[in-house]
Amino acid sequence: MSILLATLQREWQLAWRNLADAINPVAFFLMVIALVPLGIGTDKTQLAAIAPGMLWVAALLASLLSVDMLFRRDYDDSTLEQYLLLPNELYGIVWIKVLVHWLFAGLPLVLISPLLGMMLSLPSLAIPVLMLSLALGTVSLSLIGAIGASLTVSLRRGGLLIAVIVLPLYIPVLIFGASATVQAAAGIFPAGQLAMLGAFALLALGLSPLVVMAGLRIAVES
Amino acid sequence: MLENKYNVFSILKTWFHRWGSPPWFYQMSGKLLPWLSVLTAILIVTGTVWGLAFAPEDARQGNSFRIIYLHVPVSFLALAGYYLMALAGCIGLIWRMKLAFWTLRAAAPIGAALTFLALVTGSIWGKPTWGTWWEWDARITSMLILFFLYLGVMALANAYQNSDSGNRAASVLAIVGMVNIPIIYKSVDWWNTLHQGASLKLTSAPTIHGTMLYPLLIMIAGFYLLYAVLLLLNLRCDILANERNSRWLQDLLREKR
Repeated sequence: MSILLATLQREWQLAWRNLADAINPVAFFLMVIALVPLGIGTDKTQLAAIAPGMLWVAALLASLLSVDMLFRRDYDDSTLEQYLLLPNELYGIVWIKVLVHWLFAGLPLVLISPLLGMMLSLPSLAIPVLMLSLALGTVSLSLIGAIGASLTVSLRRGGLLIAVIVLPLYIPVLIFGASATVQAAAGIFPAGQLAMLGAFALLALGLSPLVVMAGLRIAVES
Repeated sequence: MLENKYNVFSILKTWFHRWGSPPWFYQMSGKLLPWLSVLTAILIVTGTVWGLAFAPEDARQGNSFRIIYLHVPVSFLALAGYYLMALAGCIGLIWRMKLAFWTLRAAAPIGAALTFLALVTGSIWGKPTWGTWWEWDARITSMLILFFLYLGVMALANAYQNSDSGNRAASVLAIVGMVNIPIIYKSVDWWNTLHQGASLKLTSAPTIHGTMLYPLLIMIAGFYLLYAVLLLLNLRCDILANERNSRWLQDLLREKR
């Protein structure tokens, strides 16, 4: 238990001291959304129609870009090997690492999303659902992304590979997240979609650390 | 404890382990291949001729439906191939069997090619039937995602310098993909019913008449065998490449010469 607390404290401190890492995904998210009207024009009805999908795709890519760094620092300074010497605590350590990562890379996306929604003239009644769906969805995205990060951490050129590996696995989350927002914009509360997003998050919370553990072992032994 | 040599488990175990040994596998598959190839050729030629020349024309689609005899078997195997690949990965990870990892590596490009072929034939079929080359239909979209999954496994397997790590990483990814395939399929299916345009309603295939069905079944069987032949050929190449310095292979080659 004390090891888990120590890990939590360490990850928390590291995250605070590298706040720039947390700003980059948000900046990326903001810039991509700013590109949309530049690309398709400023017609408000058109923007509102594609806003849920664009917001979700951009958030997904921002989450993907941030996840690459998840284990890299620990791999480079061999902390990862120390973690792997603790087979009983490894599951918890992975969990803590991913959740702290989510707090600093996923949650900011959720918090800035109302602003971006307004920029794309998303109806304001859809904004709470947008935030809720992103909050549930980015948890899954971080956990699935962690699988890709663990499998590519020992490779120098991991960046593009992680996208190829992880993007197909992101698809169910994207489908339900974007659909929840679309339905909310039409004035219906998307209970079903949000329930599915919650189910995905729980499934990923339970299973993803197991896969990440296998991935990290392969990375360290390679 | 009863130590019985002819116990079913021990027989199965020796059988299993024997297939895991590259020399045995290489020699047995070499003996098996000619027979398999002949059978494959017979089935595919019969199915093709029957399907293209003798099966009756479809009442609504005319002759264009005949691409079904290529499209359906290829699509079947594209998906079945992924499961085979993931299963090989499981076996490799659990028993640390080199041959299982090589099977995974051999199966990935074949599966990706079949998925690509399924997409192409589907698109060619779609042009006369729906009037477009590409339709965001649930099955087509799922096939496209399956293609991406194959690409991921192939990219990861080849990204590692150390081939053992690449094998294990690709196996883990293949297993994750296998767990995700039903979720992805259901999600895409649900997404599609949500976005389905009214003009293009793709209901489940109408019941197919026997005279059209038999050649299809023959083609499916033929393609399963073709898959086996391709997999064996690919796998034998991998065995040759990986075992090039081992004694048994050099002995074998000297014998042949």
